[in-house]
Amino acid sequence: MKFRNFTALIVTAAFAFIILQAFTIAPAAGEITLNEFGRADINNRTASRYLNKNVNSETEEVIFKETKNLESGSANIVTSVVANYRSFDTLGEITVLFLAAAGIGVVLNLEKSKKKKFAERDSSLILNTGIKLLFPLLLLAGTYIFVYGHLSPGGGFQGGAVIATAFLLKMLSDNKFVIKESNITLVESAAGIFFVGLGLYGLITRGAFLENFMATGTVGQLFSAGIIPLIYIAIAFKVGAELTNIVKNLIEA
Amino acid sequence: MSLISSFLILIMLAAAVAALVFDDLLSSIIAAGLVSLIAAVLFYFLKAPDVAMTEAAIGAGLTTAIFVLALFKTERGKSE
Repeated sequence: MKFRNFTALIVTAAFAFIILQAFTIAPAAGEITLNEFGRADINNRTASRYLNKNVNSETEEVIFKETKNLESGSANIVTSVVANYRSFDTLGEITVLFLAAAGIGVVLNLEKSKKKKFAERDSSLILNTGIKLLFPLLLLAGTYIFVYGHLSPGGGFQGGAVIATAFLLKMLSDNKFVIKESNITLVESAAGIFFVGLGLYGLITRGAFLENFMATGTVGQLFSAGIIPLIYIAIAFKVGAELTNIVKNLIEA
Repeated sequence: MSLISSFLILIMLAAAVAALVFDDLLSSIIAAGLVSLIAAVLFYFLKAPDVAMTEAAIGAGLTTAIFVLALFKTERGKSE
């Protein structure tokens, strides 16, 4: 047996021992342990607090443009969940998307195809003329969706997807339009570093990763909800760059 | 509202079956895109506009385009 396999076996056994212990040994008073299966006490969990919340805040009714300093400060509850309560999951999600984009890039660049490239064919006049008009409007719509993500439906993922669609249409219509690979890499990395940097700043100043460290402001205004809009802008740039990269690889391969 | 929803669901089912039975792969891709598009409209009816936007942008837009591009790269032909 190789040394590596032996080490893996020992680590697995140790984990199994720890998990078994957590289930079998009676906890001391006040100690937090795993509950017996199916006997979770929901009242002690964070989830119950979110489940019992309603539109009215815990103290008084929420009024647009008047109520200040709510917990997350976001008018869109979905955004509150995605970019505040579960923002660590969101960091994982965009990492998954990054891995998918990287995988597509690797697979498509393994061997040079002898077939005619999609980018080399001519596009129709209607597509050309239409996209000239639509491209800036699509970029504007995508930007609106992610900048207003904490106020209206939409957010970083949707805005990023719309922006990627705009670049897809531009690449389909204009075969001289080429985005430099280094620019996509720069935007993608900068957005990722910005996201993690926000999280680390929260960790240093407030003691929790991705803690909302800025003032939440008045509900319903553009500059409200603390770091949620900043996180959504980072997500939008990252998602947009990744999806654009996937499409670019497919068109140019 | 429910009448429109049922009508849309019927079209969606028909498009889903069509995506399976069409011989031409390009037609299958378009039918699958139609399923996503109607799903987006239904999500909007169910008061989930966030999901509807994602479904319309990614499901109906980007996925269809990626499938078409993949079809262009491979042999254009009939399914088995």
